[in-house]
Amino acid sequence: MSPGAIRKWSWVHKWSSLVCTAFLLLLCVTGLPLIFHEEIEHLLGDKPEPPAMAADTPKASLDRIIAAGLARRPGQVVQFVVWDQDEPNVVIVNIAKSLVEPFDKSQVMIFDARTAELLMEPGNRLGFMDIMLSLHVDLFAGLPGKLFLGLMGILFVVAIVSGVVLYAPFMRKLPFGTVRKEKATRTRWLDLHNLLGVVTVGWVLVVGATGVINTWADLLIQIWRFDQLGDMVKPYAGQPPIDKPGSLDKAMITAQGAAPSMRPSFVAFPGTLFSSGHHYMVAMRGEEPLTKRLIQPVLVDAQTAGLTDTRKMPWYITALLVSQPLHFGDYGGLPLKIVWALLDIISIVVLGSGLYLWLARRGVSVDVRLAALAQDEQPVRAGR
Amino acid sequence: MTMRSASESALSLRRIFGIPLVLAIATIIGLVSALLEDGVWDALSWVTLGLPMLVAAWAIWFRRT
Repeated sequence: MSPGAIRKWSWVHKWSSLVCTAFLLLLCVTGLPLIFHEEIEHLLGDKPEPPAMAADTPKASLDRIIAAGLARRPGQVVQFVVWDQDEPNVVIVNIAKSLVEPFDKSQVMIFDARTAELLMEPGNRLGFMDIMLSLHVDLFAGLPGKLFLGLMGILFVVAIVSGVVLYAPFMRKLPFGTVRKEKATRTRWLDLHNLLGVVTVGWVLVVGATGVINTWADLLIQIWRFDQLGDMVKPYAGQPPIDKPGSLDKAMITAQGAAPSMRPSFVAFPGTLFSSGHHYMVAMRGEEPLTKRLIQPVLVDAQTAGLTDTRKMPWYITALLVSQPLHFGDYGGLPLKIVWALLDIISIVVLGSGLYLWLARRGVSVDVRLAALAQDEQPVRAGR
Repeated sequence: MTMRSASESALSLRRIFGIPLVLAIATIIGLVSALLEDGVWDALSWVTLGLPMLVAAWAIWFRRT
């Protein structure tokens, strides 16, 4: 690589890193507890424990569960009913002041799926994990916060790619894995930065890129509404939205009939972001490790419980759903989460050492550094 | 650029990026395997994703210079 090219890539690496490093450090630090959110919620008692009953205990009516939820919050509306993939005996109901209120403003109620009894109502207090999640997802700033962090993620990817390009000239005369312990502190940290950065590059690229995709979730759902949902519910165009949805139990029988080999993942109520003004959108999922993360929307008329349409999700929603586990690391048991956490800590070291390398060499131009590099190499070359 | 220096630089790129490339491929295999199947495939992801860290630990603490 010519010195001119190295100088250009160096500039790209320096500035893309400098702009995003503070935010990436925040993301890595807040992401660490989020990796173990399930385990932490269990420890803090924030997860419901439904009592043991015979395995064939029949499920309670969903309409009864919804009525019980609304009775506790008069004047409010149900946005979603959600099933827990790992705990089949609970049903989660999201209730909010209005149908279009953002998720984080809604009230979650967790019911026993067999007795319709309220098991838990986490309440509105902001817990430690909620703070970590908000800092990680949107900096408490909603969609603009998400898109901003997405932009930082794109810069991070640019920093990684330029870092890999620069790895070549820096390692031209050094064998892989060299850490010059006897040299100055800065040289030692440069070697560590290069080594730790290059061995983890596959993981950081995947976690960084899937994180960026996740910041676009709201936008991708809007695109789906325009691209597919509108088309699926065309016969209802121009009709005023329904006032009070009918039986969800009946709608679920229709949805199950339309996707017999699948299980319900969640239901979006009429008038919410995921549905039309006239339909229950029943999101059905598969049962295999991969397909249980993908959903197929079944649109059921919320008054007649008749089937309106069901279509496979377009590629961009599937990409979003696949990018979630790849970002969270929650798909290979506790050992994978531990590996995820260790790689996260290594990323913190790479970010921190990068910042240190810049601070320690501020004002020294790339040319001087390259000259120093050439000098450093002399003994290595002579030694061969 | 002469033929000789071109092949030399290809050789040096292979030397520089050989091990990192193997580690990146192992990482991708692990990330995908745990996604597609459970059980043994999860275990494969623990090994392949742990490998880069083992290599780094070896270079930092056990490598002879």
